[in-house]
Parts: sequence; C-alpha cells; structure tokens
Amino acid sequence: MAEVLVLAELNPAGGGVRKTTLEALTAARALGEPSAVVIAAPGTAAGVKDALAEYGAATVYVAEAPEVDEFLVAPKAEVLAQLVGEKSPAAVVIPSSPEGKEVAARLAVKVGSGFLTDVTEIAADGTATQVAFAGQVIVHSKVTAGTPIYTLRGNSVTPEPAPAAGAEQAVTVSVSDAAKGAKVTDRVIEQKSSRPELTEASIVVSGGRGVASAENFSIIEGLADSLGAAVGASRAAVDSGFYPHSFQVGQTGKTVSPQLYVAVGISGAIQHRAGMQTSKTIVAINKDPEAPIFELADFGVIGDLNTVVPTATELITARK
Amino acid sequence: MNIVVLVKQVPDSGSERKMDPADNTVARAAADNVVNEIDEYAIEEALVVKEAQGGEVTVLTVGPDSATDAIRKALSMGADKAVHVSDEAIKGSDAVQISAVLAAALGQLEYDLIICGAEATDSQMSVMPALLAERLGLPQLSGARKLTVDGGVAKIERQTDGGYWAVEAPLPAIVSTWDTINEPRYPSFKGIMAAKKKPVETKTLADLGVDASVVGLANATTQVLDFAGRPPKGEGVKVTDEGDGAQKFVDFLAGQKIV
Repeated sequence: MAEVLVLAELNPAGGGVRKTTLEALTAARALGEPSAVVIAAPGTAAGVKDALAEYGAATVYVAEAPEVDEFLVAPKAEVLAQLVGEKSPAAVVIPSSPEGKEVAARLAVKVGSGFLTDVTEIAADGTATQVAFAGQVIVHSKVTAGTPIYTLRGNSVTPEPAPAAGAEQAVTVSVSDAAKGAKVTDRVIEQKSSRPELTEASIVVSGGRGVASAENFSIIEGLADSLGAAVGASRAAVDSGFYPHSFQVGQTGKTVSPQLYVAVGISGAIQHRAGMQTSKTIVAINKDPEAPIFELADFGVIGDLNTVVPTATELITARK
Repeated sequence: MNIVVLVKQVPDSGSERKMDPADNTVARAAADNVVNEIDEYAIEEALVVKEAQGGEVTVLTVGPDSATDAIRKALSMGADKAVHVSDEAIKGSDAVQISAVLAAALGQLEYDLIICGAEATDSQMSVMPALLAERLGLPQLSGARKLTVDGGVAKIERQTDGGYWAVEAPLPAIVSTWDTINEPRYPSFKGIMAAKKKPVETKTLADLGVDASVVGLANATTQVLDFAGRPPKGEGVKVTDEGDGAQKFVDFLAGQKIV
C-alpha cells in the first residue's frame, strides 16, 4: 500500500501527541498506509511513539536535533522535503495549526507541489473538502501538481485507533543555514488554563458583548467548566477588554468546529459566524429575539444570560 | 529602513461572497472589494517603523485594475509609493503561483523589511510569508503581535495559544502581523489628497520576467472541482425564558446526550 507521511504535532514540554495528529493519522488512512514523522528536540519520540502506532503509523520516522526546535518552521519543512524525496509518498498530511500550514507551504515550494489548507475530509481519490467564506460554501478540490500536501482542520475527523507496527526509523537531520534564519528565543505561556484548547475542544462556550464586563465572564467560565468546555469570546467582547484576544472566535480569530457551541450574549455578526458556523450543534442564549445568531441555532433561549446561564450551570452540575 | 508592504484586495467579508460557477474561482468582479482588513495593521506597522527610523514604504499588490483602490487606501494612510502587478494571465492563480509573482516583483525592489497581514479574509490560508520566505531565502517572522527593529535585527512576539514565542532574525526579513499589533490610523483629508500624487508603477508579467506558463487557472497547482452553498440549517427550536429557560436548555443537551 502507498505510504502517506503524517507530520506529528506535539504538545509542548513532553505533553505527548496532540489530538490533531491522531485525526491526521486517521484521515491519512483513506490514501494509504500512514507513517508518522516526528521532528523535534532529542528525546521526544520515545514518549509519543506508542500513541502514533496505536492510531495507524506503520513507521515512525524520528528526526531529532536541537536545531529543528530552535528555528521557526523552516527546519521542519526541510526534513519533510528530504523524506518526500527519499520515500516518494502518495501524499503528506499535516495538522492545520498556524505552524502546520506554514510547513506545508514551504514544503510545497521545495518539492514543487500544490497544497490545500484546512481540509475537513480527504477521499480515497485525493479529493479534499474545504469550507470557504465563513462556512457558507463547501468546496471540493484537488492538488494537481506533485505530491499532494494537505493540512487537516482540527475536529473535522474523529480519531479512530488502528494499531500498527510503529517501527522506529531514525532520520539524519542536517539543517541548512538558510533554515536557521528565524530563531525562537523564548516560548511564553501567559494564560495557563486547565480547560481544553479552543480549536480542539468538543464543546465551546463563548461570551459576547452581552456579558457586559470582564468580571461577568466568570459565568461563561462556570458554564464551560460544568460541561468540560473551552471558553471563547466574540470580537466585540475582546475589543471591549472582557476577555483576552487569544480566545477570540471569528474571522480574525480562531475557527472552531466543536460538537456543541454555546453562544452567550453574542448577536451573531458575520465576523463571529465565520469562526463557528460549522459547529455540529449550536445553542444561543440572547435577550434579543431578533439576534441573527438564532438563525444558526439548533436551540435558542430568549432571555437574560445573567439568570439563564448560572441556573443552567447548577442544573448541569447537579446531574453529575 | 526601506519597507515593502504587501496588500491584497478582497471581497468584503461583511457582505455575501460568491464563487463564479464559470471557473470555480472567487467572484471578484461583482464583489464589494476592500483592502484585506488585517493588511491595514501591516501598513500601520510599516509606517510606525518608518516614522521611527526613516526610509520609504512601498506598497505591493497583485490584482486586477480595481485593486488600485486598495493601493490608494495604503497611500492615503501614508505609504510613499506603490507597485501594482496586473496581468490578465494571473487570474485564477493559487497561493503557490501568486508567491512566484510576488517574489519576482520583490526581486526588483530594495527593502530591509517586508510586512504583510497574517491572513487574508477570502482564502484564510495564512501562508504567504512562509511561501515568500522559502522563495526568497529570507527569515520568516510570521504571526506577530509585536515587532521591534533595532541594529539590523527584527524581533517579534509570535502570537500563540495562550501566549507568544519570541522570535528574532537579521534583516532583511519578512514579517506578518495580526490585528493585535497596533491600531491602524484613519487616512486624513491631507493624506487622501497627497495619495493622488504619489507614484504607482504598474507592472505586467513580462516586466517581472515571469513566464505566463507559471500562473493562471490552467497552470495552477490545485484545482477547485466543484462548490455548493452550505445546506441551510433546519429551523431550530427557540424558547422564551419564563423561569424555565435554563431547564429547557439542559433538557435539550440531555436529549443530545451531551449531559
């Protein structure tokens, strides 16, 4: 069976494989037999190999060197290009993080391929599905030059185990000077959160301008915690200083596609819809019955979020 | 400090956007076209650096004749001059192809910094700085929420989930900015008037030495096979809270087996 290279995306500081990697391994199986590629600092692969094998990696290519972690994006693209040259895979599948998309872009130029970003599905014939224009248009597309490269949008595919050998194969890494241009000197975490990551979460609870203050976002967080959800915010809420920008959902923020999206005090401007429209189930809580968010909602509550949300949080907690 | 700012004209993301069924490309001619919103932050950042360190800001765009509106906007904010690459053969090109055109145009300009927006609202790919860094052999400083340029070194804070990465590179380098980096200025009346007199150079593929066979829909590295509007959502349930709204919401979640 044809080999498909899957770039493993890892959590920082030995935190294991990200769910997006398991999704990519699952999606890659439509095209052939996945091999995982771990490009990281020395000593990383040992801790993630088993998870990669469990989700279908017949081979785990291990490209470990300090430089691949010290410089932005370019070294990873170099290692992948080297593997594409050696293995002639049927395709390359990369999780669609900001870094993943940039690796795909550089790889495409290096190997003379086309690439498709944020695909939500890959069919056996290589046709990919993408959502365009804030989720309003569904597109089918194909790579027509070189080895097809795809980046897979998070939460589009359900990871399914498919145990495989996971045979480790070391890759010699020699990072060129050209790839050592942009040096990462520090990685700073400002908001430490026990909540799931926004783009990976299966439930997202977001607050908008209607939440009315930064302090009042605690009721959004309360509902999120009762559901094990991530917290998001509309641009209006972020611009008003209620919640940090890194939690913004929308056209100029994150795009999420969870099983359940709860929009609280969000009117549903196109800017916001762009980031959440493809969520499987949408619930809206808003006091304005005319709010456009209700057009998207599977379930809507017209009411005051300050009473509905805390009560719902209590009811959900009581059910546990 | 000479800076080139890359600007893209896009269909307004606040209006309905369409695809053209004739060739499955973005319907740009009939759209309400505007400067890509995040590009305004890139222009602002270029002006801030120029105001501190001197030099010139050149706007570079690839697009149809109508893209002159985007150029005028950048010039009215304070950029000094512009290069507009316009050639019928470019229509339908994908990101890989456009990066080849931009790289050729950049090859004819002098710069210490290239600055662009981190994402265009039409394609939402966020890949142009990576493509250009690869083609031009430049350091890639992408996704910045903060930029400092000092002593021939550019440093950024690359925005990440819940924080940032500090990344630095020697000049020349390519930087992309998010909308967290600054607050773009509005063009003043004086700026709008002055923009009318600023030089805009129009270039064709031949001027850039780019062969038409590398661009255009027929030579693209990707192809849109078909498209369709997202199927409309069925009518949802809407309840008015009369003290039981929370209970009904939780009952709905229970019905979906979420709680």
